[in-house]
Amino acid sequence: MTDAIEAEGLVKRYGSVVALNGLDLTVPEGTIMGLLGPNGAGKTTAVRVFTTLLEADEGSARVAGLDVRKQADELRRSIGLSGQYAAVDDNLTGFENLDMVGRLYHLGRARSRERARELLERFDLEDAADRPVKGYSGGMRRRLDLAGALVAKPSVLFLDEPTTGLDPRSRLGMWDVIEELVKGGTTLLLTTQYLEEADRLADQIAVIDHGKVIAEGTADQLKDQVGGERLELSVATSAELATAMSALTDLAVGPMESDERQHHLTVPVAGGSAVLMEAIRRMDAESVKVLDIGLRRPTLDDVFLALTGHHAEGEEEK
Amino acid sequence: MKLLQALADGSVVAKRNLIKIKRVPDLLVFSTAAPIMFVLLFAYVFGGSIEIPGMDYREFLMAGIFAQTVLFGATITGSGLAEDITKGIIDRFRSLPMARSAVLVGRTTSDLVNNALVIVIMMITGLIVGWRIHSSPLEALAAVGILLLFAYAFSWAMAWIGLLVRSPEVFNNASFIFLFPITYIANTFVQSERLPSVLRHIAEWNPVSAVTLAARELFGNTSPLQTPPDVWPLQHPVLASLGWVVIFLLIFVPLANYQYKRAVAR
Repeated sequence: MTDAIEAEGLVKRYGSVVALNGLDLTVPEGTIMGLLGPNGAGKTTAVRVFTTLLEADEGSARVAGLDVRKQADELRRSIGLSGQYAAVDDNLTGFENLDMVGRLYHLGRARSRERARELLERFDLEDAADRPVKGYSGGMRRRLDLAGALVAKPSVLFLDEPTTGLDPRSRLGMWDVIEELVKGGTTLLLTTQYLEEADRLADQIAVIDHGKVIAEGTADQLKDQVGGERLELSVATSAELATAMSALTDLAVGPMESDERQHHLTVPVAGGSAVLMEAIRRMDAESVKVLDIGLRRPTLDDVFLALTGHHAEGEEEK
Repeated sequence: MKLLQALADGSVVAKRNLIKIKRVPDLLVFSTAAPIMFVLLFAYVFGGSIEIPGMDYREFLMAGIFAQTVLFGATITGSGLAEDITKGIIDRFRSLPMARSAVLVGRTTSDLVNNALVIVIMMITGLIVGWRIHSSPLEALAAVGILLLFAYAFSWAMAWIGLLVRSPEVFNNASFIFLFPITYIANTFVQSERLPSVLRHIAEWNPVSAVTLAARELFGNTSPLQTPPDVWPLQHPVLASLGWVVIFLLIFVPLANYQYKRAVAR
């Protein structure tokens, strides 16, 4: 099996800001790679380098066997990109948008039209096909944008945060669409800041932070890397939170995390339900009134926290 | 073959821009409303106080109005590009195997078509207020051709500024600083020989003066009582206009292309 994407030591600087800091990445043909990281981690910059929109300052990258710098023109024929901001023209209809993309892929007039109709049908946009995009919902625009990336049946597809800004229902719909379209063997690089999304869609996940891949593996491998379970506890007051923390210290196998505002405590533990029982007994002994307590498998967010010291979601970087 | 492909790509982008004119007709309405108001203002308010030897002021006025209208029309290129590069659509274009030049070629071409539409509307307005063509149809066509050619060349300058400032709002203010003197320190609305000496020299060498005079002469809107100022561009306005077109294209096509590459590589 050959690799659809190979990147070595990519560096991209914007003045003093280092967007990519020696990024290495390998994506085998026909697989889905999830590039997971917070805002500003360098995900979009990486995608822009792979899709020839941006030249890296250092390092090299090959996509579909072609050098992104030296063979950019050839490469553009075999990739599809759907960006973070739906790249569709508001004043054109859905059909006109896809027809235009087909013409610019040089499919020819007849083939472009045919392909546009095919894709509109496939993405459930037939009824809206001849209406200007201006009136489309957020989910419809994203589907149209994704359809645009598929016009030339690319062998490597890049989706940059395909569901950011979508409501939960549209997000689920988008996931179904993405799952469906990679069944055909297309290689997909997907960036996301949603752990759930990478978990559901990707075969392999690369965790990226400060422009570097800091961990790589399947979702399960990454979770195993963190190990054990998480004990979650909610109490009513700050005083009780402090009491709970000190009572549970020796059960923790890693750093505890407390949320003062929500009076919530997360404790990495090992030992399963016995630990849960012990925790409840200690709370009872200290007369702490427990609002909620439970044990769960680590999520990718825990992975992120363990690897980087900060959460994956909702944290803006400087 | 490569050139043909590039032209085809440019025309696909131009078509996209022209659909916008169709879908948002307000654009055309408002880009003609202002020049129509200028016609009325100068024909009926200021015109009575402006003496032009040997002819009615309205005959003199219209060539200046046409020049002003196509220059303002050419600014759409800058605001259109400034708007496009803030949106995702440019990334889509750049990820496609299309000619790199297509975005700029498409934009300037569609604005040329828009300007052709606007100039037809302005000619009808002129005919209504009493302007007449006193030359042959071929000469009149040549006048329109020169106006549009100059506007096309000028739109490349606007493209450069639009890509430089990268915001449609800033562009509208920035372009006006440029547009105001080039349009009004000229023979567009008054005879340049009546301007005070410094302004007169500027006006005589202003490209817009050559274009306006070329149109005026080709439409037959001049009188034997008027003698063009004794400077080369106004003695040979058609040649001078074509020369300016070439100079503008030579300067601003490369500048706009350079700035486009800079603006998108982020």
